[in-house]
Order: sequence, then structure tokens, then C-alpha cells
Amino acid sequence: MEQSGNFFQMGGYAFYVWSSYGLTLIVLLINYLSPKFSEKKLIAELVKRSKLKKTDIK
Amino acid sequence: MWKWITKFASPMHFYLLVNRLTPWLGWGAAILFVAGVYGALFYAPADYQQGESFRIIYVHVPSAWMSMFIYMVMAAAGGAGLIWKTKVSDAIARSSAPLGASFTFLALATGSLWGKPMWGTWWVWDARLTSELILLFLYLGYIALQSAIDDKRTAARAGAILALVGVVNIPIIHYSVEWWNTLHQGPTITKLDTPSIHIDMLIPLLIMALAFNLYYAAMVLIRARHEIIEQEKNSKWVQDLIIDKVAV
Repeated sequence: MEQSGNFFQMGGYAFYVWSSYGLTLIVLLINYLSPKFSEKKLIAELVKRSKLKKTDIK
Repeated sequence: MWKWITKFASPMHFYLLVNRLTPWLGWGAAILFVAGVYGALFYAPADYQQGESFRIIYVHVPSAWMSMFIYMVMAAAGGAGLIWKTKVSDAIARSSAPLGASFTFLALATGSLWGKPMWGTWWVWDARLTSELILLFLYLGYIALQSAIDDKRTAARAGAILALVGVVNIPIIHYSVEWWNTLHQGPTITKLDTPSIHIDMLIPLLIMALAFNLYYAAMVLIRARHEIIEQEKNSKWVQDLIIDKVAV
């Protein structure tokens, strides 16, 4: 495969190839980050709730 | 075996199992992604007809496979939820929908990006493309149904029925290229004969497919864990878990 310097041009198909890979990367990243973020939020909420309960008892 | 399954279906054991499994699945997926992308962009030779544009198949084909595989998992988990009324299977079904929709979208979008230079058009109403689009609508319909029904149990039941009815679309997608005269090419790998693809092109594709599978497994478990914690937030084990976090 000739790729000396022409690698990013993808034989003239650069736009199509790189958009495909870029789009895939973005979609996979979003699907990775969004549940991580929402789980953190949920745990923080539950921690807050349990702290409130503790002070109620006191 | 049965004992193991029932144990897995208990929310607390599921939570512990997910914690143990996801690092392995996640890192496995990450390593395979690196190897697969390297293979796809550097190792695989350019196609003699399509040139470098054929490299799109390394994201297109695994996405398309996943779009169908995840649908089957979603329907099966939904069905299991209908029969055994297990929260874990409902959580897996519900968590699969956004992932499946994402892969369906990717299959359609990357297919379009390949179709433009190769077929000269972004889109045709060909049987394969149309049935894949219907799959996307099935996922979106399922997601909409889930958010429209407040009661989780009812939502899971309604979703499972929708998913099971929609299974009819899966063989239609798979065989569309054989049943109809489509612009989309026929199968090169998933056929009984030996695959009609060169081994140097095939290996990166299989690595990518495996990476996508592990990625899905890790992501669906993380999402399902979230669902389970939320639903069980008033149970003793979740409260104990939170107390541990507060203490730290």
C-alpha cells in the first residue's frame, strides 16, 4: 500500500473515509460518556439523600 | 446452572458482577479497537476496485452486525422479562435500545458515506437500506414508548411486545440482498461457503467486530447497572452501598 504522505488523502476518498471513522468515534464516545456521567449524578444524589436522612435522625 | 442464572437475576448480585466484568470488557474493547483500526487503515491492502474507500467497511459492517445483534438481545431480554418478570432482564432490554439505535444510525450513515463515491448517491430505496431504516424506527419507537410510560413495569412489558413483534424485520434485513434485486451487495462473510474476501482484509474486520461486541457488552452492563440502582434505591443493599460511600 502506498501511504508515503498520501495516507490522509485516502486515494481521493479522504472526506468519506475520515467522516466515517470520525462519526463512529463520536457516537462511541457519547455512548461511553453519557451513562458514566448520569451514574455519577445518581450516586451523588443518593449520597446527598442519605446524608439528609442521617441529620433527620439526629 | 439454573442456580447461577437466578443468582445473576438478583439485582445485588448483578451489580457486583457488573463491577467485576466491565473493566475487562472495557479494556478488551479498547485494545481490540486500536488493533482493529490499525489493521483497517494500515494493514489491509486497498481494494482493487474501490481503492481506499473500501476502508469504510471496517466501521460499517460491524455497526450493521451490531444493529441486528443488539436488537435480538433486546427482544430476548424483553421476552425473558415478560416470562420471569426479572428486573435485570428488563434493565438490559431498556439499556440496549440507545446502543442499538446508535449502531443502526452508524450503519446507515457510514453506508451513505460509502454509497456516495461508489454508487454515486447518498441513498436509494433499496430493500437492504429501507429495512435497516425501519430497524432504526423500531429502536426509536421503543425508546419513545419507554419514556412515554411512567410505570417501569408497564413500560418494560409494552416495550418487550414491540421488540418481539419487530423481530420479523431482522431476517428481512439479513436476506434482503438475496430475496430482492438490491443495489447493496450480497453477503461476503456470513454465508455457508468460504468468505469471498482476502484474509488480510478479513482479519481486521473480525477484530473490529469483536471490539464492537465487547464495547456493547461493557456499555449495556454499565447502563443496566444504573437502571438497577435507580429502581432499587430504597432497598437495603443500595442504602448500605451509599452509606459505605458516605463513610469514605
